[in-house]
Amino acid sequence: MIELLYEPWPWYLAGPIIGIMVPLLFYIGNKAFGISSSFSHICAACDPAGVEFFKYDWRTGMWNLVFVVGIAIGGYLGGWIFMNPDPIAISDQTTQSLMNLGITDFSGLVPSELFNWNVLGSPTGLIVLVIGGFLVGFGTRYAGGCTSGHAISGLSNLQIASFIAVIGFFIGGLIMTYILLPLIL
Amino acid sequence: MKLSDYILYLLSGVFFGFVLVKSEVVSWFRIQEMFRFDDIHMYGIIGLAILVGMISIQIIKKTNAKDKDGNPITIPPKDPSQVKRYLIGGSLFGLGWALLGACPGPLFALLGTGISVMIIPILAAILGTYTYGFIRDYLPH
Repeated sequence: MIELLYEPWPWYLAGPIIGIMVPLLFYIGNKAFGISSSFSHICAACDPAGVEFFKYDWRTGMWNLVFVVGIAIGGYLGGWIFMNPDPIAISDQTTQSLMNLGITDFSGLVPSELFNWNVLGSPTGLIVLVIGGFLVGFGTRYAGGCTSGHAISGLSNLQIASFIAVIGFFIGGLIMTYILLPLIL
Repeated sequence: MKLSDYILYLLSGVFFGFVLVKSEVVSWFRIQEMFRFDDIHMYGIIGLAILVGMISIQIIKKTNAKDKDGNPITIPPKDPSQVKRYLIGGSLFGLGWALLGACPGPLFALLGTGISVMIIPILAAILGTYTYGFIRDYLPH
């Protein structure tokens, strides 16, 4: 049983557990499962330029901020305390494709050559970490949700809007994967 | 909101963050694999999560379920008329997702695993969100 805390979980176990987050948050306090709103609440709490979009009481989103702090603590437990020492068992084709792009370190959750403080001085590192992050934050608010809010919460509730958004996620994702990423890395 | 509610949200987040790591959803490698259609892993996770969420929402609606404090659960619909925002915003999000290999939940979880540089994409995402709010009146929705 204790091994389960260290080992990676198979998709057929992890998927249903993630799905449980939807009714769990409704049950705790009538909250729709979503993460990216936390970025908005942080903007609303600071709002240096007095932007209309962020003129609401950010405390209404306090639950979401507490939730993401919890996610970071969960990450600490799952990825530090109970760290899986083995590399991620991705498929051979993916490993080969990524080696062709110049990725060499497959030992962690993310490739260390792209995710460390030193790469911030390089164009590649800046593009991945800064532009990547910017696009995630800009795109998710523009689309009105991210993977949790649209793909999981929205599709669970059979929302056409979320279906369109998820198609968008894949349009962007495939353009990046097949066209832009080979130019960036 | 009561302190006990905050503790419940915190614990829910801890649980979710733990699952995100154990399922390797936080892994840049898994996201690359997903967009290359090389393995069922991510599709199985997202698909089963939607299935469980869908069944739960059906039960909530059919039984008019209440939350733990006895208030009726309201499930907000998303406005389907704003096709442009979902398509364009979604595509921009997808570009970032495939590049960074992480969506918002995993960003926080990865920071927790000790990859301190993840604070940079988190700050960049907050800046991106703020920029959207700043220019949203000029964007097609």
